[in-house]
Amino acid sequence: MSDVVMAEIRKDYLYHLVLKGERADGRAFDEYREIVLETGPIRKADGSALVKLGNTQVMVGVKIQPGEPFSDTPNKGVIITNAELVPLASPNFEPGPPNEVGIELARVVDRGVRESGAIDLEALCITPGEKVWIVFIDVHILDDCGNLMDASSLGAIAALMTAKVPAAQYGLGEDYPLPVKDVPVATTAVEFGDAVIFDPDTDEESVADTKLTVITTADGSVCGMQKSGPGFISQDHIYRIVDIACERAKEIREKFLEV
Amino acid sequence: MIGMDEKLSFFKNGLRLDGRRPDELRPIKIEVGVLARADGSCYMEMGDNKVMAAVYGPREVHPRHLQEATRAIVRYRYNMASFSVEERKRPGPDRRSNEVSKVSREALVPVVLTSYFPKSVVDVFVEVLQADAGTRTAGINAASVALADAGIPMKSLISSCAAGKVDGEIVLDPMKLEDNFGEADVPIAMTPNGDITLLQMDGRLTPEEFRRALELAKTGCQQIYEIQRKVLVDRYSSMDVPESCDESEGLVEEGI
Repeated sequence: MSDVVMAEIRKDYLYHLVLKGERADGRAFDEYREIVLETGPIRKADGSALVKLGNTQVMVGVKIQPGEPFSDTPNKGVIITNAELVPLASPNFEPGPPNEVGIELARVVDRGVRESGAIDLEALCITPGEKVWIVFIDVHILDDCGNLMDASSLGAIAALMTAKVPAAQYGLGEDYPLPVKDVPVATTAVEFGDAVIFDPDTDEESVADTKLTVITTADGSVCGMQKSGPGFISQDHIYRIVDIACERAKEIREKFLEV
Repeated sequence: MIGMDEKLSFFKNGLRLDGRRPDELRPIKIEVGVLARADGSCYMEMGDNKVMAAVYGPREVHPRHLQEATRAIVRYRYNMASFSVEERKRPGPDRRSNEVSKVSREALVPVVLTSYFPKSVVDVFVEVLQADAGTRTAGINAASVALADAGIPMKSLISSCAAGKVDGEIVLDPMKLEDNFGEADVPIAMTPNGDITLLQMDGRLTPEEFRRALELAKTGCQQIYEIQRKVLVDRYSSMDVPESCDESEGLVEEGI
Protein backbone atom coordinates (compact mmCIF):
# COMPACT_ATOMS: atom_id res chain seq x y z
CA MET A 1 0.00 0.00 0.00
CA SER A 2 2.93 2.26 0.62
CA ASP A 3 4.30 2.36 -2.91
CA VAL A 4 2.36 5.49 -3.76
CA VAL A 5 4.52 7.79 -5.80
CA MET A 6 5.32 10.68 -3.53
CA ALA A 7 8.09 13.24 -3.57
CA GLU A 8 10.68 12.85 -0.86
CA ILE A 9 10.16 16.47 0.04
CA ARG A 10 6.52 15.83 0.85
CA LYS A 11 7.42 12.84 3.00
CA ASP A 12 9.89 15.03 4.79
CA TYR A 13 7.28 17.72 5.26
CA LEU A 14 4.74 15.29 6.71
CA TYR A 15 7.29 13.74 9.00
CA HIS A 16 8.41 17.04 10.41
CA LEU A 17 4.86 18.23 10.76
CA VAL A 18 4.16 15.26 13.02
CA LEU A 19 7.28 15.99 15.04
CA LYS A 20 5.78 19.44 15.64
CA GLY A 21 2.58 17.80 16.84
CA GLU A 22 0.50 18.42 13.72
CA ARG A 23 -0.96 16.48 10.82
CA ALA A 24 -1.40 17.72 7.26
CA ASP A 25 -5.19 17.66 7.50
CA GLY A 26 -5.25 19.20 10.96
CA ARG A 27 -6.41 16.12 12.84
CA ALA A 28 -5.24 15.17 16.32
CA PHE A 29 -2.93 12.14 16.41
CA ASP A 30 -5.64 9.82 17.67
CA GLU A 31 -8.45 11.37 15.65
CA TYR A 32 -10.27 9.51 12.91
CA ARG A 33 -11.39 11.05 9.67
CA GLU A 34 -15.14 11.43 9.34
CA ILE A 35 -16.87 8.07 9.13
CA VAL A 36 -20.02 7.70 7.06
CA LEU A 37 -21.66 4.32 7.15
CA GLU A 38 -24.54 3.29 4.95
CA THR A 39 -26.01 -0.16 5.43
CA GLY A 40 -27.96 -2.11 2.86
CA PRO A 41 -27.13 -0.19 -0.33
CA ILE A 42 -26.99 -3.41 -2.33
CA ARG A 43 -30.42 -4.95 -2.47
CA LYS A 44 -29.21 -8.11 -4.19
CA ALA A 45 -26.77 -8.91 -1.40
CA ASP A 46 -27.94 -10.55 1.82
CA GLY A 47 -26.15 -7.85 3.74
CA SER A 48 -24.09 -4.88 2.60
CA ALA A 49 -22.42 -1.73 3.78
CA LEU A 50 -20.72 1.25 2.21
CA VAL A 51 -18.09 2.79 4.41
CA LYS A 52 -16.53 6.18 3.86
CA LEU A 53 -13.55 6.93 6.03
CA GLY A 54 -12.56 10.40 4.89
CA ASN A 55 -12.13 9.86 1.17
CA THR A 56 -11.54 6.14 1.48
CA GLN A 57 -14.53 4.19 0.19
CA VAL A 58 -15.16 0.51 0.71
CA MET A 59 -18.20 -1.52 -0.26
CA VAL A 60 -18.75 -4.80 1.55
CA GLY A 61 -21.28 -7.33 0.37
CA VAL A 62 -22.35 -10.44 2.24
CA LYS A 63 -23.83 -13.42 0.46
CA ILE A 64 -25.13 -16.42 2.34
CA GLN A 65 -25.61 -19.76 0.60
CA PRO A 66 -26.06 -23.35 1.67
CA GLY A 67 -23.06 -25.61 1.15
CA GLU A 68 -21.00 -28.40 2.59
CA PRO A 69 -19.25 -27.95 5.95
CA PHE A 70 -15.56 -28.65 6.42
CA SER A 71 -15.01 -32.28 7.40
CA ASP A 72 -13.40 -31.34 10.72
CA THR A 73 -16.25 -29.01 11.73
CA PRO A 74 -19.37 -30.88 10.49
CA ASN A 75 -21.83 -28.84 12.56
CA LYS A 76 -20.48 -25.38 11.94
CA GLY A 77 -21.15 -22.82 9.27
CA VAL A 78 -18.33 -21.44 7.17
CA ILE A 79 -16.99 -17.90 6.78
CA ILE A 80 -15.12 -17.02 3.61
CA THR A 81 -13.63 -13.55 3.34
CA ASN A 82 -12.22 -12.07 0.19
CA ALA A 83 -10.93 -8.62 -0.69
CA GLU A 84 -10.66 -7.13 -4.15
CA LEU A 85 -8.29 -4.24 -4.70
CA VAL A 86 -9.85 -3.27 -7.99
CA PRO A 87 -7.89 -0.98 -10.32
CA LEU A 88 -10.59 1.67 -10.08
CA ALA A 89 -9.55 2.36 -6.51
CA SER A 90 -5.93 3.40 -6.93
CA PRO A 91 -3.30 3.94 -9.60
CA ASN A 92 -1.28 1.29 -7.76
CA PHE A 93 -3.82 -1.50 -8.08
CA GLU A 94 -3.67 -3.81 -11.05
CA PRO A 95 -6.21 -6.23 -12.46
CA GLY A 96 -5.73 -9.89 -11.67
CA PRO A 97 -5.99 -12.28 -8.76
CA PRO A 98 -5.53 -10.79 -5.28
CA ASN A 99 -1.92 -9.96 -4.48
CA GLU A 100 -0.47 -10.34 -1.01
CA VAL A 101 -1.79 -6.95 0.12
CA GLY A 102 -5.32 -8.01 -0.79
CA ILE A 103 -4.86 -11.41 0.80
CA GLU A 104 -3.52 -9.87 4.00
CA LEU A 105 -6.42 -7.41 4.11
CA ALA A 106 -8.96 -10.18 3.67
CA ARG A 107 -7.31 -12.33 6.30
CA VAL A 108 -7.19 -9.53 8.87
CA VAL A 109 -10.87 -8.70 8.27
CA ASP A 110 -11.60 -12.40 8.57
CA ARG A 111 -9.57 -12.65 11.78
CA GLY A 112 -11.68 -9.95 13.43
CA VAL A 113 -14.98 -11.59 12.51
CA ARG A 114 -13.81 -15.11 13.31
CA GLU A 115 -11.78 -14.66 16.47
CA SER A 116 -14.29 -12.32 18.12
CA GLY A 117 -16.90 -15.02 17.72
CA ALA A 118 -19.12 -12.43 16.06
CA ILE A 119 -20.91 -15.08 14.07
CA ASP A 120 -22.34 -18.05 15.90
CA LEU A 121 -21.15 -20.71 13.48
CA GLU A 122 -23.06 -23.51 15.17
CA ALA A 123 -26.29 -21.62 14.60
CA LEU A 124 -25.52 -21.83 10.87
CA CYS A 125 -25.71 -25.60 10.73
CA ILE A 126 -28.61 -26.92 8.64
CA THR A 127 -27.92 -30.68 8.57
CA PRO A 128 -24.80 -31.75 10.50
CA GLY A 129 -22.08 -33.07 8.21
CA GLU A 130 -24.08 -32.30 5.10
CA LYS A 131 -25.40 -28.80 4.82
CA VAL A 132 -24.48 -25.56 6.54
CA TRP A 133 -24.78 -21.87 5.69
CA ILE A 134 -21.68 -20.43 4.08
CA VAL A 135 -21.19 -16.73 4.73
CA PHE A 136 -19.21 -14.99 2.00
CA ILE A 137 -17.82 -11.60 3.01
CA ASP A 138 -16.60 -9.76 -0.05
CA VAL A 139 -14.71 -6.52 0.45
CA HIS A 140 -14.62 -4.30 -2.59
CA ILE A 141 -12.25 -1.34 -2.33
CA LEU A 142 -13.61 1.61 -4.32
CA ASP A 143 -11.27 4.43 -3.39
CA ASP A 144 -8.02 3.90 -1.51
CA CYS A 145 -7.20 7.00 0.49
CA GLY A 146 -5.59 5.06 3.28
CA ASN A 147 -6.42 2.77 6.17
CA LEU A 148 -8.23 0.08 4.24
CA MET A 149 -7.97 -2.30 7.19
CA ASP A 150 -10.26 -0.25 9.45
CA ALA A 151 -12.68 0.74 6.71
CA SER A 152 -12.99 -2.84 5.47
CA SER A 153 -13.41 -4.31 8.95
CA LEU A 154 -16.07 -1.77 9.80
CA GLY A 155 -17.85 -2.48 6.54
CA ALA A 156 -17.70 -6.22 7.17
CA ILE A 157 -19.26 -6.15 10.63
CA ALA A 158 -21.85 -3.56 9.57
CA ALA A 159 -22.84 -5.69 6.59
CA LEU A 160 -23.06 -8.80 8.78
CA MET A 161 -25.18 -7.04 11.39
CA THR A 162 -27.74 -6.14 8.76
CA ALA A 163 -27.58 -9.44 6.89
CA LYS A 164 -30.43 -11.89 6.73
CA VAL A 165 -30.12 -15.61 6.10
CA PRO A 166 -32.05 -16.22 2.83
CA ALA A 167 -33.69 -19.43 4.01
CA ALA A 168 -36.89 -19.03 2.01
CA GLN A 169 -35.00 -18.84 -1.26
CA TYR A 170 -33.62 -22.34 -0.62
CA GLY A 171 -36.82 -23.83 0.82
CA LEU A 172 -35.38 -23.90 4.32
CA GLY A 173 -38.03 -21.98 6.20
CA GLU A 174 -38.38 -18.27 6.68
CA ASP A 175 -35.63 -15.71 6.29
CA TYR A 176 -34.10 -14.65 9.58
CA PRO A 177 -31.43 -12.14 10.64
CA LEU A 178 -27.89 -13.49 10.77
CA PRO A 179 -27.10 -14.02 14.46
CA VAL A 180 -24.27 -11.64 15.37
CA LYS A 181 -22.88 -11.98 18.89
CA ASP A 182 -20.01 -9.54 19.04
CA VAL A 183 -18.89 -6.37 17.33
CA PRO A 184 -15.17 -6.41 16.46
CA VAL A 185 -13.68 -3.06 15.50
CA ALA A 186 -10.26 -2.68 13.89
CA THR A 187 -8.08 0.29 14.73
CA THR A 188 -4.89 1.04 12.85
CA ALA A 189 -1.98 3.28 13.76
CA VAL A 190 1.48 4.10 12.44
CA GLU A 191 4.49 5.46 14.24
CA PHE A 192 6.36 8.62 13.23
CA GLY A 193 9.43 8.95 15.42
CA ASP A 194 8.07 9.11 18.95
CA ALA A 195 4.52 9.83 17.84
CA VAL A 196 1.76 7.35 17.17
CA ILE A 197 -0.91 8.45 14.73
CA PHE A 198 -4.22 6.76 14.06
CA ASP A 199 -6.22 6.29 10.89
CA PRO A 200 -3.34 7.15 8.53
CA ASP A 201 -4.17 8.42 5.06
CA THR A 202 -2.21 7.16 2.05
CA ASP A 203 0.49 9.82 2.39
CA GLU A 204 0.97 9.04 6.05
CA GLU A 205 1.02 5.32 5.30
CA SER A 206 3.78 5.78 2.77
CA VAL A 207 5.90 7.86 5.14
CA ALA A 208 5.55 5.51 8.08
CA ASP A 209 5.80 2.23 6.16
CA THR A 210 4.76 0.17 9.19
CA LYS A 211 1.26 -0.15 10.57
CA LEU A 212 -0.24 -1.92 13.52
CA THR A 213 -3.86 -3.00 13.40
CA VAL A 214 -5.54 -3.93 16.68
CA ILE A 215 -8.99 -5.51 16.63
CA THR A 216 -11.00 -5.25 19.83
CA THR A 217 -14.29 -6.78 20.92
CA ALA A 218 -17.27 -5.25 22.71
CA ASP A 219 -15.95 -6.33 26.14
CA GLY A 220 -12.63 -4.55 25.54
CA SER A 221 -10.58 -7.67 24.76
CA VAL A 222 -8.16 -7.86 21.90
CA CYS A 223 -9.13 -10.50 19.32
CA GLY A 224 -6.67 -9.84 16.54
CA MET A 225 -3.53 -7.96 15.66
CA GLN A 226 -1.35 -7.49 12.65
CA LYS A 227 1.85 -5.59 12.17
CA SER A 228 2.10 -4.78 8.50
CA GLY A 229 4.96 -3.23 6.60
CA PRO A 230 8.73 -3.53 6.43
CA GLY A 231 9.78 -1.69 9.58
CA PHE A 232 10.24 -1.86 13.33
CA ILE A 233 7.77 -1.03 16.02
CA SER A 234 8.69 -0.47 19.65
CA GLN A 235 7.06 -2.20 22.55
CA ASP A 236 6.03 1.11 24.14
CA HIS A 237 4.25 2.09 20.98
CA ILE A 238 2.50 -1.25 20.78
CA TYR A 239 1.09 -0.78 24.27
CA ARG A 240 0.11 2.80 23.55
CA ILE A 241 -1.64 1.76 20.35
CA VAL A 242 -3.53 -1.03 22.14
CA ASP A 243 -4.73 1.39 24.84
CA ILE A 244 -5.91 4.06 22.44
CA ALA A 245 -7.33 1.44 20.07
CA CYS A 246 -9.67 0.21 22.81
CA GLU A 247 -11.02 3.76 23.30
CA ARG A 248 -11.42 4.61 19.62
CA ALA A 249 -13.05 1.24 18.92
CA LYS A 250 -15.51 1.82 21.73
CA GLU A 251 -16.51 5.19 20.27
CA ILE A 252 -16.89 3.77 16.77
CA ARG A 253 -18.91 0.87 18.11
CA GLU A 254 -21.22 3.14 20.07
CA LYS A 255 -21.70 5.59 17.26
CA PHE A 256 -22.16 3.29 14.28
CA LEU A 257 -22.80 -0.22 15.42
CA GLU A 258 -25.47 0.13 18.11
CA VAL A 259 -27.64 -2.95 17.97
CA MET B 1 -11.39 -22.94 20.66
CA ILE B 2 -13.16 -25.07 23.24
CA GLY B 3 -15.78 -24.16 25.72
CA MET B 4 -14.87 -24.11 29.40
CA ASP B 5 -17.33 -26.92 30.03
CA GLU B 6 -15.20 -29.43 28.15
CA LYS B 7 -12.49 -29.06 30.81
CA LEU B 8 -9.68 -30.49 28.76
CA SER B 9 -6.72 -30.10 31.05
CA PHE B 10 -3.51 -28.80 29.55
CA PHE B 11 -1.59 -28.82 32.82
CA LYS B 12 -0.47 -31.54 35.21
CA ASN B 13 1.16 -30.41 38.44
CA GLY B 14 1.81 -27.04 36.85
CA LEU B 15 3.56 -28.60 33.86
CA ARG B 16 2.33 -28.80 30.30
CA LEU B 17 1.41 -31.98 28.45
CA ASP B 18 4.95 -32.34 27.11
CA GLY B 19 6.43 -31.66 30.55
CA ARG B 20 7.36 -28.03 29.92
CA ARG B 21 6.93 -25.20 32.36
CA PRO B 22 4.56 -22.46 31.10
CA ASP B 23 7.55 -20.21 30.34
CA GLU B 24 9.68 -22.85 28.66
CA LEU B 25 10.54 -23.20 24.97
CA ARG B 26 10.47 -26.49 23.14
CA PRO B 27 13.90 -28.04 22.44
CA ILE B 28 15.67 -26.17 19.66
CA LYS B 29 18.20 -27.46 17.20
CA ILE B 30 19.84 -25.23 14.63
CA GLU B 31 22.30 -26.26 11.94
CA VAL B 32 23.86 -23.72 9.64
CA GLY B 33 25.22 -24.21 6.12
CA VAL B 34 23.35 -27.42 5.42
CA LEU B 35 22.71 -26.93 1.70
CA ALA B 36 25.55 -26.98 -0.81
CA ARG B 37 23.99 -24.93 -3.61
CA ALA B 38 22.47 -22.14 -1.57
CA ASP B 39 24.52 -19.06 -0.65
CA GLY B 40 23.31 -19.45 2.89
CA SER B 41 21.18 -22.06 4.60
CA CYS B 42 19.87 -23.23 7.90
CA TYR B 43 17.98 -26.21 9.24
CA MET B 44 15.98 -25.67 12.37
CA GLU B 45 13.89 -27.75 14.71
CA MET B 46 11.62 -26.17 17.30
CA GLY B 47 9.95 -29.05 19.04
CA ASP B 48 8.29 -31.07 16.28
CA ASN B 49 8.66 -28.29 13.72
CA LYS B 50 11.29 -29.00 11.11
CA VAL B 51 12.08 -26.20 8.69
CA MET B 52 14.78 -25.58 6.13
CA ALA B 53 15.74 -22.10 4.95
CA ALA B 54 17.89 -21.17 1.96
CA VAL B 55 19.14 -17.77 0.85
CA TYR B 56 20.19 -16.94 -2.69
CA GLY B 57 21.73 -13.62 -3.55
CA PRO B 58 22.23 -10.78 -3.80
CA ARG B 59 21.63 -11.71 -7.41
CA GLU B 60 20.07 -10.29 -10.56
CA VAL B 61 16.34 -9.59 -10.35
CA HIS B 62 13.99 -11.52 -12.60
CA PRO B 63 11.55 -10.29 -13.75
CA ARG B 64 13.59 -7.12 -14.35
CA HIS B 65 10.73 -4.69 -13.67
CA LEU B 66 10.85 -5.58 -9.97
CA GLN B 67 14.29 -4.00 -9.68
CA GLU B 68 14.72 -1.08 -7.33
CA ALA B 69 17.27 1.53 -8.36
CA THR B 70 18.49 2.34 -4.86
CA ARG B 71 18.26 -0.92 -2.94
CA ALA B 72 17.98 -4.66 -3.09
CA ILE B 73 14.55 -6.21 -2.88
CA VAL B 74 13.95 -9.12 -0.55
CA ARG B 75 11.64 -11.95 -1.51
CA TYR B 76 10.45 -14.53 0.97
CA ARG B 77 8.65 -17.71 0.09
CA TYR B 78 7.16 -19.74 2.89
CA ASN B 79 6.03 -23.12 1.68
CA MET B 80 4.58 -26.09 3.49
CA ALA B 81 5.34 -29.57 2.25
CA SER B 82 2.18 -31.53 1.52
CA PHE B 83 3.27 -34.19 4.03
CA SER B 84 4.11 -31.72 6.80
CA VAL B 85 0.69 -31.80 8.42
CA GLU B 86 -1.75 -34.44 9.66
CA GLU B 87 -4.04 -34.33 6.62
CA ARG B 88 -2.24 -33.91 3.28
CA LYS B 89 -1.98 -30.26 2.32
CA ARG B 90 -2.58 -29.38 -1.27
CA PRO B 91 0.83 -28.39 -2.65
CA GLY B 92 1.57 -24.85 -3.71
CA PRO B 93 0.83 -21.41 -2.33
CA ASP B 94 -2.49 -20.64 -0.69
CA ARG B 95 -3.84 -17.56 1.05
CA ARG B 96 -2.33 -18.46 4.38
CA SER B 97 1.15 -19.04 3.00
CA ASN B 98 0.90 -15.80 1.03
CA GLU B 99 0.19 -13.87 4.19
CA VAL B 100 2.85 -15.72 6.19
CA SER B 101 5.38 -14.95 3.44
CA LYS B 102 4.49 -11.27 3.55
CA VAL B 103 4.70 -10.81 7.30
CA SER B 104 7.86 -12.94 7.52
CA ARG B 105 9.55 -10.86 4.84
CA GLU B 106 8.53 -7.73 6.70
CA ALA B 107 9.98 -9.24 9.88
CA LEU B 108 13.42 -9.58 8.26
CA VAL B 109 13.65 -6.62 5.87
CA PRO B 110 14.11 -4.02 8.65
CA VAL B 111 17.54 -5.44 9.52
CA VAL B 112 18.81 -6.20 6.01
CA LEU B 113 21.06 -3.46 4.63
CA THR B 114 19.37 -3.46 1.26
CA SER B 115 20.94 -0.17 0.15
CA TYR B 116 24.28 -1.99 -0.24
CA PHE B 117 23.00 -3.91 -3.23
CA PRO B 118 20.93 -1.74 -5.56
CA LYS B 119 19.08 -3.46 -8.41
CA SER B 120 19.52 -6.91 -6.92
CA VAL B 121 17.38 -9.39 -5.05
CA VAL B 122 17.89 -11.48 -1.96
CA ASP B 123 15.69 -14.56 -2.19
CA VAL B 124 14.74 -16.40 0.97
CA PHE B 125 13.07 -19.77 0.62
CA VAL B 126 11.61 -21.51 3.63
CA GLU B 127 10.32 -25.06 3.40
CA VAL B 128 8.29 -26.45 6.25
CA LEU B 129 9.02 -30.18 6.34
CA GLN B 130 7.08 -30.92 9.49
CA ALA B 131 4.63 -28.61 11.18
CA ASP B 132 3.59 -28.48 14.82
CA ALA B 133 2.44 -24.90 15.48
CA GLY B 134 4.94 -22.10 15.22
CA THR B 135 6.16 -22.76 11.70
CA ARG B 136 6.25 -19.07 10.75
CA THR B 137 8.42 -18.26 13.77
CA ALA B 138 10.70 -21.24 13.14
CA GLY B 139 10.95 -20.16 9.51
CA ILE B 140 11.95 -16.62 10.46
CA ASN B 141 14.58 -17.89 12.91
CA ALA B 142 16.03 -20.19 10.29
CA ALA B 143 15.89 -17.52 7.58
CA SER B 144 17.69 -15.03 9.80
CA VAL B 145 20.55 -17.48 10.37
CA ALA B 146 20.60 -18.39 6.68
CA LEU B 147 20.89 -14.69 5.75
CA ALA B 148 23.88 -14.37 8.06
CA ASP B 149 25.33 -17.56 6.61
CA ALA B 150 24.98 -16.08 3.12
CA GLY B 151 27.00 -13.09 4.27
CA ILE B 152 24.16 -10.63 3.71
CA PRO B 153 24.95 -7.46 5.70
CA MET B 154 22.44 -7.04 8.48
CA LYS B 155 22.01 -4.72 11.44
CA SER B 156 21.30 -7.72 13.66
CA LEU B 157 19.77 -11.15 13.69
CA ILE B 158 16.01 -11.58 14.08
CA SER B 159 14.59 -14.02 16.58
CA SER B 160 11.00 -15.14 16.66
CA CYS B 161 8.62 -17.11 18.80
CA ALA B 162 5.04 -17.11 19.99
CA ALA B 163 3.18 -16.94 23.26
CA GLY B 164 -0.33 -18.23 23.71
CA LYS B 165 -3.12 -18.65 26.17
CA VAL B 166 -4.12 -22.15 27.17
CA ASP B 167 -6.53 -23.07 29.92
CA GLY B 168 -6.47 -19.46 31.07
CA GLU B 169 -2.69 -19.40 31.39
CA ILE B 170 -0.20 -17.51 29.27
CA VAL B 171 2.36 -19.98 27.90
CA LEU B 172 5.49 -19.70 25.79
CA ASP B 173 5.87 -21.38 22.41
CA PRO B 174 2.56 -23.29 22.15
CA MET B 175 2.71 -26.67 20.44
CA LYS B 176 0.03 -27.89 18.02
CA LEU B 177 -2.29 -29.32 20.64
CA GLU B 178 -2.17 -26.13 22.71
CA ASP B 179 -2.58 -23.94 19.65
CA ASN B 180 -5.59 -25.89 18.38
CA PHE B 181 -7.45 -25.81 21.67
CA GLY B 182 -5.91 -22.65 23.07
CA GLU B 183 -7.57 -19.32 23.51
CA ALA B 184 -5.00 -17.08 21.81
CA ASP B 185 -1.77 -17.08 19.85
CA VAL B 186 0.68 -14.15 19.62
CA PRO B 187 3.66 -14.72 17.32
CA ILE B 188 6.34 -12.04 17.41
CA ALA B 189 9.80 -11.43 15.98
CA MET B 190 12.34 -8.96 17.26
CA THR B 191 15.90 -7.73 17.18
CA PRO B 192 18.20 -8.37 20.16
CA ASN B 193 17.46 -4.74 21.18
CA GLY B 194 13.78 -5.53 21.54
CA ASP B 195 12.48 -3.76 18.44
CA ILE B 196 9.49 -5.72 17.20
CA THR B 197 9.41 -6.67 13.52
CA LEU B 198 6.55 -9.18 13.53
CA LEU B 199 3.43 -8.98 15.61
CA GLN B 200 0.26 -10.89 14.99
CA MET B 201 -2.44 -12.06 17.29
CA ASP B 202 -5.55 -14.13 17.11
CA GLY B 203 -7.87 -15.46 19.76
CA ARG B 204 -9.00 -13.44 22.70
CA LEU B 205 -6.93 -11.64 25.31
CA THR B 206 -7.50 -8.72 27.64
CA PRO B 207 -5.03 -5.87 27.07
CA GLU B 208 -3.32 -6.93 30.30
CA GLU B 209 -2.98 -10.55 29.15
CA PHE B 210 -1.63 -9.32 25.85
CA ARG B 211 1.13 -7.44 27.67
CA ARG B 212 2.06 -10.57 29.58
CA ALA B 213 2.05 -12.63 26.39
CA LEU B 214 4.28 -10.12 24.62
CA GLU B 215 6.72 -10.02 27.55
CA LEU B 216 6.85 -13.81 27.65
CA ALA B 217 7.37 -14.10 23.89
CA LYS B 218 10.23 -11.64 24.26
CA THR B 219 12.00 -13.86 26.76
CA GLY B 220 11.63 -16.72 24.26
CA CYS B 221 13.15 -14.60 21.49
CA GLN B 222 16.08 -13.71 23.72
CA GLN B 223 16.83 -17.37 24.38
CA ILE B 224 16.55 -18.19 20.69
CA TYR B 225 18.87 -15.31 19.83
CA GLU B 226 21.58 -16.78 22.06
CA ILE B 227 21.30 -20.12 20.27
CA GLN B 228 21.32 -18.53 16.80
CA ARG B 229 24.36 -16.49 17.72
CA LYS B 230 26.23 -19.44 19.20
CA VAL B 231 25.56 -21.62 16.15
CA LEU B 232 26.93 -18.93 13.83
CA VAL B 233 29.96 -18.21 16.01
CA ASP B 234 30.77 -21.91 16.28
CA ARG B 235 30.41 -22.36 12.56
CA TYR B 236 32.64 -19.47 11.59
CA SER B 237 35.15 -19.35 14.44
CA SER B 238 37.02 -22.34 13.05
CA MET B 239 38.84 -21.91 9.76
CA ASP B 240 37.94 -25.35 8.42
CA VAL B 241 35.13 -25.08 5.98
CA PRO B 242 33.07 -28.28 6.01
CA GLU B 243 33.25 -30.20 2.75
CA SER B 244 29.59 -29.82 1.98
CA CYS B 245 30.06 -26.11 1.57
CA ASP B 246 33.12 -26.01 -0.70
CA GLU B 247 30.93 -25.92 -3.74
CA SER B 248 28.71 -23.11 -2.56
CA GLU B 249 31.72 -21.01 -1.59
CA GLY B 250 33.02 -21.40 -5.13
CA LEU B 251 29.69 -20.38 -6.59
CA VAL B 252 29.56 -17.26 -4.51
CA GLU B 253 32.92 -16.16 -5.78
CA GLU B 254 32.04 -16.81 -9.38
CA GLY B 255 28.86 -14.85 -8.82
CA ILE B 256 30.82 -11.81 -7.73
